Amino acid sequence: MAETTKAAPARARRTRADSARSNGGGATAQGTTEHSADAATLVAYYRQMLLIRRFEERAARAYTEAKIGGYCHLNLGEEATVVGLMAALRPSDYLFTNYREHGYALGKGIGADRVMAELYGRSTGVSKGWGGSMHLFDAEARLLGGYGIVGGQVPLATGAALAVSYKGGDEVVMCQMGDGTTAIGAFHESLNIAGLWDLPVVFVVINNGLGMGTTVENSAAEPELYKRGAAYRMESARVDGTDVIAVREAARVAVERARSESRPYLLETVSPRLKGHSVVDPARYRSKEEREALKAADPLARLALELAESGALSHDDRDRLDAEVTAEINAAAAFADGSPAPEVSTLFDYTYATPVPGELRRLPAEPVFRD
Amino acid sequence: MATVTYRQALRDTLHAEMLRDENVFLMGEEIGLFEGSYKITEGLLKEFGPRRVRDTPIAEEGFVGAAIGAAMLGLRPVVELMTINFSLLALDQIVNHAAKIYGMFGGQASVPLVIRTPGGGGQQLGATHSQNVELFYSFIPGLKVVAPSTPAEASAMLKAAIRDDDPVLFLENLALYNSKGELPAEIADIEPAQIGRAAVTRPGTDITLIGYSRMARVTTEVAETLAAEGISAEVVDLRSLRPLDRATIVESVRRTGCAVVAEDDWLTYGIGAEIAATIQEGAFDWLDAPVRRVAMAEVPLPYAKSLETAALPSADSLLAAARDTLRATGRLPLSPLENAS
Repeated sequence: MAETTKAAPARARRTRADSARSNGGGATAQGTTEHSADAATLVAYYRQMLLIRRFEERAARAYTEAKIGGYCHLNLGEEATVVGLMAALRPSDYLFTNYREHGYALGKGIGADRVMAELYGRSTGVSKGWGGSMHLFDAEARLLGGYGIVGGQVPLATGAALAVSYKGGDEVVMCQMGDGTTAIGAFHESLNIAGLWDLPVVFVVINNGLGMGTTVENSAAEPELYKRGAAYRMESARVDGTDVIAVREAARVAVERARSESRPYLLETVSPRLKGHSVVDPARYRSKEEREALKAADPLARLALELAESGALSHDDRDRLDAEVTAEINAAAAFADGSPAPEVSTLFDYTYATPVPGELRRLPAEPVFRD
Repeated sequence: MATVTYRQALRDTLHAEMLRDENVFLMGEEIGLFEGSYKITEGLLKEFGPRRVRDTPIAEEGFVGAAIGAAMLGLRPVVELMTINFSLLALDQIVNHAAKIYGMFGGQASVPLVIRTPGGGGQQLGATHSQNVELFYSFIPGLKVVAPSTPAEASAMLKAAIRDDDPVLFLENLALYNSKGELPAEIADIEPAQIGRAAVTRPGTDITLIGYSRMARVTTEVAETLAAEGISAEVVDLRSLRPLDRATIVESVRRTGCAVVAEDDWLTYGIGAEIAATIQEGAFDWLDAPVRRVAMAEVPLPYAKSLETAALPSADSLLAAARDTLRATGRLPLSPLENAS
């Protein structure tokens, strides 16, 4: 995609005033960066963000209709971050995420139909119905899992980067996590190991201000989370997560550091969580003022406004785009709904990759011995 | 054939597997320069270098998780945990990740990982360094747990574990490292064992003695003592705790009519409980006496030698339980043997 400023840039913008960088020595520098992208690229990003938005809205609806079970965490408010991060990766790069990952699966190029089918628990889902909303995986797209345990993916991603380094590959591993994860031991152990062993991994902390209902200020002694990088001599930065271009540029710096210098990087993105922790959480712990402020921080509305102002996307074009995306999501939901549930006969197919004698394959009421 | 220690068999097998497969590499605390807390990795850093013999920081959750991630991309990490007690620091990675990744994602990625770690009390290491928590892992579908008792078996089982595509917890034992045994062939020529298979290591007709790891050795010792008294004891070495070879256990008990299980862990909810349940499910009509369990006293293991020795299962305690069981079946006279003459 072209990004030269010659091609009539739709805009030039600054990162937020709180954008900051920290080098490995722990020094912090406040700074602003100029970014640009051509109109077509921005419209394409808008479309991807809209796809995530409509997907998540549809998932919420399907959840309330009991089409989706278990937990269901949405990327609402995180769309610019998702799209910006994914734009910085090559298809061959690996991605690990937490359980709030539907958008990342879409962003990594997996079809909305297979993602929705996984949410519906169908055999056509990305994880064949074994994972559900929190455990999306696609080996081909190199999405190596959404993980439901906070921090669980961080050592795994570090180890994947070790494997890349061991084999002498040029792939980068990106590891997404929430702000709450920065308090868990696995996070710190992994950053230490990645720093120590020069591993090509980019740790991305999605700071949406809340770990379930607990604010970052109430869970982190140093709420400027990116500064944790300094403890591991790891370059780190914070970026406005509602600005897709700012995220992409920051991620490119991080990915480049990992790819060409085999150095890990800690990137913090700041974006709002527009709804509750999961679909069932009404987020009553938020004040009315807070809720009002959220509307102003909506990354999708912000980009739509900017695209309208610059003339890159008219109101009618946006409606057309929305109809197109909504149709795609409707088709995905229909595909999921029409897909078969996994056969009970496949229940024992995935306990072991190398089959062994003596594995007990019995249903609850069945005896251990049949003779 | 050569007689070697359990330690030497492990060390030479790691060496052979690293020569055989470039994807096999070692990770753990103090395994490189220090050559391992129990010297299992002696000389390997010097021969293979730091890329393949990787010293880790003291961060079990971090480096076990990293090994899982590396295994997901096709490497075959062999992790050493200094003792099984420290595996508790990595419990989330082992139970929630290594064991789940193959199934939870519909078979798209396997985790060919080996975690080698010694259990075992009796070294006056106190309460936190003397536990046998292999049960925790034996409980979890998706994991495999093996516990060989001899150098030959250790070599064959380690090869099987390394070549297996699933996460395998490979249980060693502090008291076994210096024990000796004969190898059936040169290390490079030893055939990998079959995970999930127990072995009848001594055939007999009067009683079945069941053990694993150190206790498999103890059962053999007790069987020899009983033989001198005219009792024919059959010994079953479990070798694999998950999957558990239920068929071999039940077939043996159907032949002998009674059984004693010797386990190095605590009795309540322990490995022996699972064996006893298996026997009543598969050999109820053949039983001439209740299944007995010989296990650790239900206390945090004390430091003082007198207390530690009293708390641990031993050949004497197994012998006593076996005699009780034999009396209950009428295969020994009701009065204690030592007073009978």
